[in-house]
Amino acid sequence: MAEYVRQMPSAASDLARRPAISERFHIDFPLLFLLLALTVYGLAVLYSASGQRLGAVIRQAEYFLVAYAVMLAAAQVSVQRYRRWAPIIYLGGLALLVAVLVFGVGAKGAQRWLSIGGFRFQPSELMKLAMPLMLSWYLAARILPPRLINILAALVLIGVPAALIVRQPDLGTALLVSASGLIVLFMAGIRWRFIFGALVLAVLSAWPAWVYLLHDYQRQRILTLLSPERDKLGSGWNIIQSKTAIGSGGWSGKGWLNGTQSQLDFLPESHTDFIIAVLAEEFGLRGVILLLAIYLLIFVRGFWIGMHAQDSFSRLVAAALTLTFFIYVFVNMGMVSGLLPVVGVPLPLVSAGGTSVVTLMAGFGILMAISTERRLVIQ
Amino acid sequence: MAPAVALKDPYLESRVYGTRTVFVLVIAMVLMGILMARYFSLQITQYETYRTESDRNRVQLQSLPPKRGLIFDRNGVLLAENRPSFVLSLVLERVPDLANTLAALGELVEISESDLEKFETRSRRRRPYEAVPLHFRLSEEERALLAVNRYRLPGVVVDAQLIRHYPQGELFSHALGYVGRINEEEQRQLDEVDYRGTNHIGKIGVEKYYEDQLLGQVGYQNVETNALGRVLRVLERTDPQPGADLTLSLDVAVQQAAFTALEGRRGAVVAMDPGNGELIALVSTPGFDSNLFVNGISARDYSALREDLDLPLFNRAVQGQYPPGSTVKPIFGLAGLEYGLVTAETTIRDPGWYILPGEDRRFRDWTLRVRGTGHGNAVDLHQAIEESCDVYFYDLAYRMGIDRLHEFTAPFGLGTATGLDTTNERGGILPSSRWKRTARGEVWFPGETLNVGIGQGYMLATPVQLAVATSVLASRGRRYTPHLLRAVDGEPVKVPTASVVEANEANWQVIHAAMHAVFHGERGSARAVGRGSAFTMAGKSGTAQVIGIAQDEEYDAEALEERYRDHGLFVAFAPYEDPQIVVSVVVENGGGGSTVAAPIAREVMEQYLMNQQQELADRG
Repeated sequence: MAEYVRQMPSAASDLARRPAISERFHIDFPLLFLLLALTVYGLAVLYSASGQRLGAVIRQAEYFLVAYAVMLAAAQVSVQRYRRWAPIIYLGGLALLVAVLVFGVGAKGAQRWLSIGGFRFQPSELMKLAMPLMLSWYLAARILPPRLINILAALVLIGVPAALIVRQPDLGTALLVSASGLIVLFMAGIRWRFIFGALVLAVLSAWPAWVYLLHDYQRQRILTLLSPERDKLGSGWNIIQSKTAIGSGGWSGKGWLNGTQSQLDFLPESHTDFIIAVLAEEFGLRGVILLLAIYLLIFVRGFWIGMHAQDSFSRLVAAALTLTFFIYVFVNMGMVSGLLPVVGVPLPLVSAGGTSVVTLMAGFGILMAISTERRLVIQ
Repeated sequence: MAPAVALKDPYLESRVYGTRTVFVLVIAMVLMGILMARYFSLQITQYETYRTESDRNRVQLQSLPPKRGLIFDRNGVLLAENRPSFVLSLVLERVPDLANTLAALGELVEISESDLEKFETRSRRRRPYEAVPLHFRLSEEERALLAVNRYRLPGVVVDAQLIRHYPQGELFSHALGYVGRINEEEQRQLDEVDYRGTNHIGKIGVEKYYEDQLLGQVGYQNVETNALGRVLRVLERTDPQPGADLTLSLDVAVQQAAFTALEGRRGAVVAMDPGNGELIALVSTPGFDSNLFVNGISARDYSALREDLDLPLFNRAVQGQYPPGSTVKPIFGLAGLEYGLVTAETTIRDPGWYILPGEDRRFRDWTLRVRGTGHGNAVDLHQAIEESCDVYFYDLAYRMGIDRLHEFTAPFGLGTATGLDTTNERGGILPSSRWKRTARGEVWFPGETLNVGIGQGYMLATPVQLAVATSVLASRGRRYTPHLLRAVDGEPVKVPTASVVEANEANWQVIHAAMHAVFHGERGSARAVGRGSAFTMAGKSGTAQVIGIAQDEEYDAEALEERYRDHGLFVAFAPYEDPQIVVSVVVENGGGGSTVAAPIAREVMEQYLMNQQQELADRG
């Protein structure tokens, strides 16, 4: 080591200096501040959206406490350990998904939870982390850009859990999980001809998928999206009301706690999936821009971490986690504003709910682990 | 030439990752741009559209309760009206701290436990932003206090509602009945649409019987409300249709005369027009203040009324069932004539008692305990009615038999409810052998016929029934269904057709003459009352035993507890030549009918006939 260091003076000083606080505690401060800002903003909106029930806000704050703890814990784990454990986490996730189909508990006609000692747990959430880790583990060990045979193997790794989640049925999560895997493939440098080929195939298979794969309620959602006026009081109600809420907010909004759509109970699911409509109504476009700005900064920071990561595994994981986060935001804000079908994706870190918050924050913990790993190679 | 074994190339991987990152960033920016464009389009470009849409959401359909119909007496005197009453309500969404607000209100306005209790029930069933009433009938002073303190009582509303009011109070409490707040059971039964916005419903009496006419039709309005649910403007309106105004045949003056005459006693007076069945007076005393019930009577007031031994809530005129006593003798006398059991000339010997053939039980005449003898050795029907001879009717009833007696008497309206247009009317009992078999499961004994023959025993009748039966006598056989309703919104209601009780004209005359003699004959039982009367009257007294007096026991009215004294009854009509009014009077525990009830009958009839004469004179 000494020889090596002697030949690389700048690296020597890098190794010799005392590690920064961020490295010692594995905290990425820019990311942490952005997340805290988002949390505070989100809780304020939630207070209004939940009909000014302090209890709902306190419960969500408790979820956040747990989630931040999980994030900090996840940040302490070294990237190499994640790499070694990736296949095991993935296989464990798969096993749990099978278990859900066999022993799972249902709600609203879907079977998504495992109940262990009174604690409810959604294995598809674990898969949102396991998938990028597994694909990155697999592809980082291969020659990149991946060859066809590796691509096909990767597609199998993506397809199996996705199919299991579709069976629950939870199309939205299945798409997100698949997306997190496909992102890894894309970032690993999969050749354009494969991408175009896949797109052509996808278009060709869309019709059979529509007929055989989708559930009635999923088809209904897509149809409702295309013309929400079709069924004003039924399936179109949510979209019409949320668009009305957003639109009537204007530039400056109706003021905190003063949204008529949300406060007079016209807006359904106002504290969960449709919370962005409350924000848009009460804080106006200004508030939406502020929210998007925070998201954008988080997103940029995630990519910055990916760009500066030291090996392919880290890069791929960072990219996948960041992009999945972006997809959440885009899909949720798109669906509430009537751009996309209503698929049941929460607005990350703003919608009420415990599981998704913990999963997302665990992902940010992994990002922090990548960001704060001791540098061995000068960038 | 490709190498045989490909090697990982970190530089290539890093470079590819870099270009892909740039690519993804561009895509992400484009998507972000699309999102921004979408929100911009919704919130800026289409702002006006959605603003209106959101406003339309806040437009509410409100119900407008109709004004309840008024009730008048036959001369247009107001009996039931609607008065504005100031109501204290809370809009819970606007009240920051309910407990504090209630405490603050408690210092300004007297809020009772039951107010709070009812308020809680109403709060649970309210619609969002609906004002929930807490306290009714605010006084001027309380309203002023609330106005002064309004700034520190957000969400507190004072507004005027129309509340039923009975200006005549106790005088008409039984005749009209009353409205009250709709209770849960009624809520389940009534048509929700008709009662949207209406809080009161007829509970009893005319108010209940004519509920459908009085209610009216609910109206609607579309109102625009602000974020706090306050009405900003009315967009569209369908006016409610007020309920129909009812004119009753009751006459306040006659009602008042009867009420005053009964003052301090428990009793009832029913006055009726024999020409069409209209009731002129319907009084039961003691009465109560119907206004107490309109917004929910307080527990204290209610238990005071319920525990009163005089039973002020009991409508004696239609619910009270009394042995009619001798008041039914004219009908039985007519039956004897019609069946040919007696003629006007038939006489009997009355030693003061009657013994059934083959039995030794003595049925005593009322004269026996008064003067120790009977009515004499040759008592005919005229005298028997005039002096109210019991032995004559013991004999007549025995010879007629219970079933023929029943058959002849039933068409006079005894034994079944008369169908008067009010609630809770009872039917009394007109016994027959079949009735006893069904009701008691026993056979009829001849001795029981004797008791029925003088209107005692199983026989029971309400004052309204007695008035109807007497009006059949007065009109020589025309029976009308008694009724209170005279006109709806000024349109007279159709007079029901009479059913006819057939009897020989000469026989009617015998009975009429005898009833005339009761007032105006030398030996008439009510001759003291008939003296000096401005009109010729006809009538019949009755005395109903409250407790059985054993055969040889002495009856001493003075010594008896007041409540064990006999009920005094009287039926009458006037003028004798052309009957215009029929009256039945019951005075509970009043003693003899001729002494206590007859004067009341006379006063009521005179009041009515005098007014009529006055009217004719005024017109002439």
